[in-house]
Amino acid sequence: MIRYISKPHPITGIINSKLGVWCFLASEIMLFGGLFSAYILLRTGVTDWPRGHELLNVPLATLNTIILITSSVTMVMSWASLEMKNLSKYRLFMTLTILLGFAFLVVKSFEYGHKFEHHHFPSTNNFYAIYFTLTGLHGLHVIGGIVVNLYFLLFGIKMWDKEPKQFAGRIEAAGLYWHFVDLVWIFLFPVLYLL
Amino acid sequence: MTHNHSHEHELPFWRKYIFSVDHKVIGIQYAITGLLFLLFGFGLMMLMRWQLAYPGQPLPLIGNWFKESAMVGGIMLPEFYNQLGAMHGTIMVFLGVVPLAVGGFGNFVLPLQIGAPDMAFPKLNMMSYWLYFIGGVIMLASFFVPGGSAQSGWTSYAPLSVIASSGQTWWLIGMAFLINSSLLGSVNFIVTTIQLRADGMSFNRLPFFVWAQFVTAFLLLLAFPPLMAAAVLQLMDRVAGSSFFMPTGLVVNGTLLKAAGGGNPVLWQHLFWFLAHPEVYVLILPAMGIVAEIIACNTRKPLYGYKALVWSVIFLGFMSFIVWAHHMYLTGMGTKMSAFFQITTMIISIPSVVILTTMILSLWGGSIRFNVPMLFALAFLPMFGIGGLTGLPLGLNAADIHLHDTYYVIGHFHYVVAPGTIFALFAGVYHWFPKATGRKMNELLGKIHFFFSFIFINGVFMPMFILGLAGVSRRLYDPMQYAHAQPTQPLNVFISISAWCLGLAQIPFIINFFWSIFAGKKTDQNPWQATTLEWTAPSPPPHGNFAKAPVIYRGPYEYSVPNQKHDFWPQSMKEEN
Repeated sequence: MIRYISKPHPITGIINSKLGVWCFLASEIMLFGGLFSAYILLRTGVTDWPRGHELLNVPLATLNTIILITSSVTMVMSWASLEMKNLSKYRLFMTLTILLGFAFLVVKSFEYGHKFEHHHFPSTNNFYAIYFTLTGLHGLHVIGGIVVNLYFLLFGIKMWDKEPKQFAGRIEAAGLYWHFVDLVWIFLFPVLYLL
Repeated sequence: MTHNHSHEHELPFWRKYIFSVDHKVIGIQYAITGLLFLLFGFGLMMLMRWQLAYPGQPLPLIGNWFKESAMVGGIMLPEFYNQLGAMHGTIMVFLGVVPLAVGGFGNFVLPLQIGAPDMAFPKLNMMSYWLYFIGGVIMLASFFVPGGSAQSGWTSYAPLSVIASSGQTWWLIGMAFLINSSLLGSVNFIVTTIQLRADGMSFNRLPFFVWAQFVTAFLLLLAFPPLMAAAVLQLMDRVAGSSFFMPTGLVVNGTLLKAAGGGNPVLWQHLFWFLAHPEVYVLILPAMGIVAEIIACNTRKPLYGYKALVWSVIFLGFMSFIVWAHHMYLTGMGTKMSAFFQITTMIISIPSVVILTTMILSLWGGSIRFNVPMLFALAFLPMFGIGGLTGLPLGLNAADIHLHDTYYVIGHFHYVVAPGTIFALFAGVYHWFPKATGRKMNELLGKIHFFFSFIFINGVFMPMFILGLAGVSRRLYDPMQYAHAQPTQPLNVFISISAWCLGLAQIPFIINFFWSIFAGKKTDQNPWQATTLEWTAPSPPPHGNFAKAPVIYRGPYEYSVPNQKHDFWPQSMKEEN
């Protein structure tokens, strides 16, 4: 009854979930954009803003960058596997994506733990405050993505038997979200760690 | 596939009426919850008006219902007055008007008017409502925490809001739920409008109501996230001790605040108003959409200037993102910044005036039916005119120096949203009630509701312009402590009495609404002889709305077309009628 769940709309050329995810991502750009704008206002408002590479662990963050970019690749592979009707490859690549996501979080927890051990908290100064807030909110988005991907790996897979095109569409939508989470990190990394 | 419609009648009660995924049920849930919050927010204001009319006097009859932290011997404490003020604004805007206008009317009417069986994402729609509901519960619960609810204005300016009691944290968390509810809803509206229009329903044939909701959805989608960011930052300042909004060297109650400092209170204002300005267009656009539908139907002629309306509403949407700092003229901004925002603010008045003018011109030569929806829709026009015109001196920096944060501002924005939007929402309730219930509301009670509301609402807000011009500041527990305000005290009494009478004037509406659900006069599917698609479905429409997907052959306002048998030609009727 509701059209264009699996079949693309004749004029827009896409299915509902794809348009929905793009709209959602537009709002996410505004969310992180708001925080980046806050960063700019805070940094330009003082003369003694510290250098990120002096306070933060650049090698660890570089590792995290490689982890996330790789996870974006495996996410695409999982969707491509579905397009090629290969369910076991889908499972493999989705599992890899989830594991890489966890790896990101583990590295992050080492970073945070190190900061807390040295008594660096959001209350210490605004550099740490915006660092924790930006990476923390990003981390929450990573967790959200992992939860969604876990659902699609373990439970949502039932839809593949009844509605394969709709399921592939869902994975594509999840992939778009995951790429966005990766993209935010691509901005976070230079802004916080390198500048 | 979403779910199996042939088993619809087998759904248990809680899945059919409580956790429903049907846009009509969700719309009614939003509408009733929104109306209840409007009533509650109105009640908060009625309490405030006692203190303003009779400062320091014990509140009769119900004064001792309130705990010691709110009223001592029935006399309101300043802290409680501030709670009432902050929560009145928050509840009316975020829990009352927008849920009713967008969640209620948008959800119920939009899929029907575009010929869709439901929203694009029915489960997401249901989640949106329950996120709103939880946000509302959190806001109400905040009254009962130590220190009471938020009390730093609905605008929650830092640093006051950062050092305020725990109710402010509840406000921030409540807002997070409301923002997410709104976000999911706006995605739904946009995808539905783009993807699920019936065959033949081109964008040029959409009822203006749908256009208004469509632009509103973009405003919600893109403007709310910066407030989410701001709320996160304020939560960090309050809970994690950061100093995003806390300047260095802040002294609170004689002691230096123990915080790192280096923050900027104006940063909060920028992030807040970046949402809150588009938010006011979220408040007015659905109302304009409702008024447009009712005027076309009750003048029996097409709306004047459909293209102008559509381009104006799109242009308004864009402009609404670049005027926000006209709320911040007094923060010490330089002349280049204020020149920019004054220019954009003046420009944005143009599409608003175009929209209002096309609606007024639509009346010319019409065969006007003065039923209750039309009375409210007609009243909207001059009331919104007053509200809009009184915004002009506020939008200009020089005049705003005198008027900023006075009662003039309160008069201005209430005119647009109270006898403006809320009248349009009442019009919508009377207009679409027959579609939702299959019964009409009582005309006599409706007319009583209209006339007394119209008189008393002007009694409440017109004197506020005088108060503001006399220099009486807003958000004052006791304006009479200022010598320049003392001569204005009789106006405060007049306003308060008008407000209480306005409250009484809602009783016929409340009785009418609930009584008519069960005992109103039964109607057929098109009691108003309107042309838009919702009137071709049964009253109320079944799950899935249309037995067969409609096909659209013409525009939305084909009234009084020559050589036709009837004075209206429905959009989906194939042949000549």
